[in-house]
Amino acid sequence: MPTAIDRHELQRLLADEQAQLIEVLPEAEFADEHLPGAINIPLKQLDRESAVRLDRADPVIVYCHDTQ
Amino acid sequence: MSPRAASRLESIGFERVYDYVAGKADWGSTGLPLEGANGSETRAGTHLRADVPTCGLDDRLQTVCEQLEKSGWDTCFVVDDRRVVLGRLGRHVIRTKENVSAEEAMTPGPSTIRPSARLADVVERMRRQSLTNLPVTTSEGRLMGLLMRGDAERALERLSS
Repeated sequence: MPTAIDRHELQRLLADEQAQLIEVLPEAEFADEHLPGAINIPLKQLDRESAVRLDRADPVIVYCHDTQ
Repeated sequence: MSPRAASRLESIGFERVYDYVAGKADWGSTGLPLEGANGSETRAGTHLRADVPTCGLDDRLQTVCEQLEKSGWDTCFVVDDRRVVLGRLGRHVIRTKENVSAEEAMTPGPSTIRPSARLADVVERMRRQSLTNLPVTTSEGRLMGLLMRGDAERALERLSS
């Protein structure tokens, strides 16, 4: 089950564990603004093929705009 | 949306999946940088003045006024020990130099904006409401600084040129 994290844990994972940061909003919203270092894989495109970009050995953090 | 994405990643074999549930709304509300076409440069938090004076509820107005005269500021925010904004001492109150506490003199609950507020929206509001500045606070209400209308207007001009 995925682990819900807050901002502080996100920053720790990025700093200490080379976590990969993924914004899952549509491309236009990513282009508008995104967290530093994030890559964009929109939810509708998230599958085995698009996930090839990710390293399975490192943690993966996903986010969108908020809790909606 | 992110919980579904996290579950999807697990379903295709990722073992260490985390969901930053509060998302970029939370990130931006604390003043942390955002990248992109409408990233931090277009947001209020990048252009605020962080050296705006503060005082506590029990501070004497006369003492605060003396300190303000030295600093050149004509406003002061009354904050608690976590820097949460409780009130504001405006220009008129500061001129009186009455022998009262900051708590007695302040205007409680001043309007604030988040650092992630779009500069264009904030300037439009300032013009409409004839405001010369607006305090910027985190989502927890902690004072980050004061956004001056002149600074915001000049930043907008730079961004549009």
